[in-house]
Amino acid sequence: MRLGAAKLFLGLAIGLTGAALAQTGPLVPYRVVDDAIPESLTGTPGDPDRGRALALDRSKGNCVTCHNMPVNADFQGDLGPPLDGVASRWTEGELRLRIVDSKRINPDSNMPSFYRVEGLTAVRRDWAGRPMLTAQEVEDILAYLLTLR
Amino acid sequence: MRRAALVGIGAAALVAAVALAQGGPPEPQRQIPNPMSGRHFATPETLAIQDDDFLNPAFLWVEEGEEAWNRVEGTSGQSCASCHQDARETMRGVRARMPAYHPRLQRVVTLEQQVNICRTERMGAPALPIDSRPLNAITTFIALQSRGMPVNVDISGPARPFFDAGERFYNTRRGQLDMRCGSCHEDNYGRYLRADLLSQGMSNGFPTYRLKEQRVISLQFRLQGCVNDVRGEAPPMGGEEFTNLEFYLAWRAQGLPVESPSVRR
Ligand code: HEC
Ligand code: HEC
Repeated sequence: MRLGAAKLFLGLAIGLTGAALAQTGPLVPYRVVDDAIPESLTGTPGDPDRGRALALDRSKGNCVTCHNMPVNADFQGDLGPPLDGVASRWTEGELRLRIVDSKRINPDSNMPSFYRVEGLTAVRRDWAGRPMLTAQEVEDILAYLLTLR
Repeated sequence: MRRAALVGIGAAALVAAVALAQGGPPEPQRQIPNPMSGRHFATPETLAIQDDDFLNPAFLWVEEGEEAWNRVEGTSGQSCASCHQDARETMRGVRARMPAYHPRLQRVVTLEQQVNICRTERMGAPALPIDSRPLNAITTFIALQSRGMPVNVDISGPARPFFDAGERFYNTRRGQLDMRCGSCHEDNYGRYLRADLLSQGMSNGFPTYRLKEQRVISLQFRLQGCVNDVRGEAPPMGGEEFTNLEFYLAWRAQGLPVESPSVRR
C-alpha cells in the first residue's frame, strides 16, 4: 500500500516533469502512473494498419530490426523479445510507456526511447531536438501492438 | 550474498592498494575476457574470399601499398624504404602493437597517423587523407606483415589516460537510439540486428575489404558507420576521440591474431 502510494507519487512527479518539459520542448505532456502512461498522447485513436507500417519502416519505428514480429518480413532481429502476444502480457498503458521511454522502466534497457528528446548525448544533427516518432505515430504503433494477443 | 559482496569489495580494494603501491593504476577489467574475432561471425562464403589471397580483393590494395612503399615522394627525395628498407622484416609486428604512445607528440597515434608523420616530417610529402585509397593501401600492406601475430598494445604509463578516454567513449550511450558500443557488441553479440549477425566488434581484421562498399575501409570509417547507425554525431576520422577509441578497441582485442586484410559483408 505504502509502496503503491510512493509509486503513484513518483509517477505524478515524473508526469509533472514531463509536462514542464513539454512547454519548452516539442513533446505533448503525459502522465506516468505505475510504469504506464494510462491516457492517450493525442486523444485520437491509433490506426493499427498505419502502426504496422511504421513498425517496419526503417526511418520510423524500425521495431523489426530488434524484434521478431508476426509479419511477412525477411531478416527479423532478435536483440529484443518477440512481440507476438505482447498485448496479453502488458496493458495498453504499460505498452505506451514502453514505446515512449522504456528507460523509465529499465534504465539499462537497450531499447531506444521513441518519444524523448532530453538527456541524450551527441545526437546526429539532423535528428537533434526531435523525437523518433510523433505522438500520433506512438498511438498508431500502440494500436498495432494491441492486435498482437 | 551480502558477505560475498563485502569480500568482493575487500579484494578489489586490496588489488587497488597493491597497484597503487607499485605506482600504476589498476589493470582495467575486460568485459569480454576471451575475445572472439569477427571471423567467427562471418559466413563461410565471406571467409572463403578472405582466406584465399588470390580471391581477396584487398590484395589489390596490398600491391598498391607495396609500390608506394618503394616510391620516392616529397621534397627530401625519399621513400618509406629509404628509412625502413624491407617491410617484410622491419614492419613485422607493427600493426599488432599499434596504436601506440608517441613520446615526442605525447599522445597516442594510429598506424595511419604514423604513416602521415613519416610523410610530412621525413619525406616532405603531404599527409594522405584518412581512409583515402592511397593511405589504406599502405596501411593494408604494412598490416599484412603482422598477419597471425597476436594483438599486443601497451596501455601502461603515459598511454593510460588516452586508453581511459577511449574506454569512456566506448561506454557512453549516444545518439538518438541512446546506445553504447557494448549495447551491441557486448550485450548482444551472436544476435541478429535485422540481417546483421552482431559480432564482438573486434578490430583485429582491419583494414578490411567491405563487400558493401566494394573497397578496403579503415577502422575509423567503420566506427563512423556504427555511430551513425545509432543516429549519433560521429567525430571526425583521425581526430582525438576516435584515435583513443581505436586504442581501447585494440586492447579489447589483445591476444587475437592480426587478420588484416579481412573481408566483411
Ligand atoms: C535497438 C533495439 C530495439 C528497437 C529498435 C526496439 N526495441 Fe523494443 N525492446 C528492445 C529490448 C532489448 C527489449 C527488452 C526489454 C528491455 O531491455 O527494456 C525490448 C522490449 C520491448 C517490449 C516489451 C516486450 C515484452 O514482452 O516484455 C515491447 C512491447 C517493445 N520492446 C516494443 C517495441 C516497439 C513497438 C518498437 C518500435 C517502435 C521497438 N520495441 C523497437 C529493443 C528494441
Ligand atoms: C546498433 C548496434 C551497434 C552499435 C551501438 C555499434 N555497432 Fe559496431 N557494428 C554493428 C553491426 C551490425 C556491425 C556489422 C556486423 C558485426 O561485425 O558485428 C558492426 C561492426 C563493427 C566492427 C567491425 C567488426 C569486424 O569484425 O569487422 C567494429 C570494430 C565495431 N562495430 C565497433 C563499434 C564501436 C567501437 C561502437 C561504438 C562507437 C559500435 N561498434 C557501436 C552494430 C553496432
